Amino acid sequence: MGYSLDFGWLAGAAGVIARGAAMTLLLIAVTTLAGTFLSILGAAGKRNGPKPLQLAIGVYVEVMRNTPFLVQLFFIFFGLPTLGIRLDPILAAMLAMTLNMAAYTIEIVGAGLDAVPRGQTEAALALGLRPRQVFVKIVLPQALKVIYPALTSQIVIMMLESAVVSQIAVRELTYEADMLQARTFRAFETYFVVTMVYLGLSMGLRRLLVASGRRALGAGVS
Amino acid sequence: MIEFTFWDIVRNLLLAARWTVLLSLAAFIGGALVGLAVLFFRIAKNKWVKRIASGYIALFQGTPLLMQLFLMFFGLPMLGLRIEPWTAAVLGLTFFASAYLAEIWRSGVDALPRGQWDAGASLGLHYLQELRLIILPQAFAITRAPTVGFLVQLIKSTALTSIIGFEELVRTSNAINNATFEPFKVYGLVALIFFVMCFPLTQYARRLEKQAPVR
Repeated sequence: MGYSLDFGWLAGAAGVIARGAAMTLLLIAVTTLAGTFLSILGAAGKRNGPKPLQLAIGVYVEVMRNTPFLVQLFFIFFGLPTLGIRLDPILAAMLAMTLNMAAYTIEIVGAGLDAVPRGQTEAALALGLRPRQVFVKIVLPQALKVIYPALTSQIVIMMLESAVVSQIAVRELTYEADMLQARTFRAFETYFVVTMVYLGLSMGLRRLLVASGRRALGAGVS
Repeated sequence: MIEFTFWDIVRNLLLAARWTVLLSLAAFIGGALVGLAVLFFRIAKNKWVKRIASGYIALFQGTPLLMQLFLMFFGLPMLGLRIEPWTAAVLGLTFFASAYLAEIWRSGVDALPRGQWDAGASLGLHYLQELRLIILPQAFAITRAPTVGFLVQLIKSTALTSIIGFEELVRTSNAINNATFEPFKVYGLVALIFFVMCFPLTQYARRLEKQAPVR
């Protein structure tokens, strides 16, 4: 018995798919901003903070990098309420994604900080800048420029991994796909279309990041 | 109602972890074999063959693994194959792994100086001999660290097969959690088991990275 593909449902589903994609983009936008900010703090703390803080950041990075995102998500969404912290699904998803991404980007940002020559800091200090100014105005911009491509890849990877948050009923792209296929009984076609949407999103996101990186950080960013 | 003691939980999780290990191994071996084929296409001289391999890699690296697993799970029955979560999980992860491994090894091939090919040719080796005797051994050697690093990623990725119904660690933990209502403990233990599997490999990859000769 042959199976014939049917994409007739697609016209009526475009709105739902677009809404799901918008939620996916919102999730990754929040994660990118919060995750990058957190990882700058983390990378700076791991280099200049007090010993216990350095150790804590190191443990955090290893734990997050060596456990699956899905388990982290379940731990935050189902586990934290037993401690009295109840998060709604979207917040839980944003928190899990941010914490997961930060673990990877702490290492990336750290590598960038290490790549800035020590003389830059010394020169800035000699000019009378305060240590915080040196970090924010001299070291960090140079570090970001070095690591920007790696950061871009990590953001795209995180966007793809966000498909998993459908499991705690966040109404993003995968969740909408699950609902659609339950309604249309066209599972393969639905997931195929949504997979292509993801492909478009990841290619578009990469382009956007590269273009905005060029603009913000100057030429030479690929 | 069945009471679960702490040991019952641990024992059941460890039993389920066997499937996670088995799935990781199957997917890694399958992924290495398919990945090798993709690598051959990717470094072929023909422009179109190369482009197809690039497209294959871009497709798997540009879409969520969860979607790939769903497509396997719902797509295979259309080809008339009887579908089981295990089959879909192994095949899905195999193709996923093949794209990443091919790309990792390709970077190794690209890193080799052009002279290695020329030297092989001047010794009278034909293309396949060059690959087998000169290029691939070196390419594998210099990409050992990222290969092990990817294995860690693959082990973590097996968690997603719980969503298409494969009874591995995470799916079992969901069931236990539904019976015990102790998510903090259950998911904490699951994270710990994954950590114990992945951390030594991560450390090993790090050591390989340090050992790698500077080129």
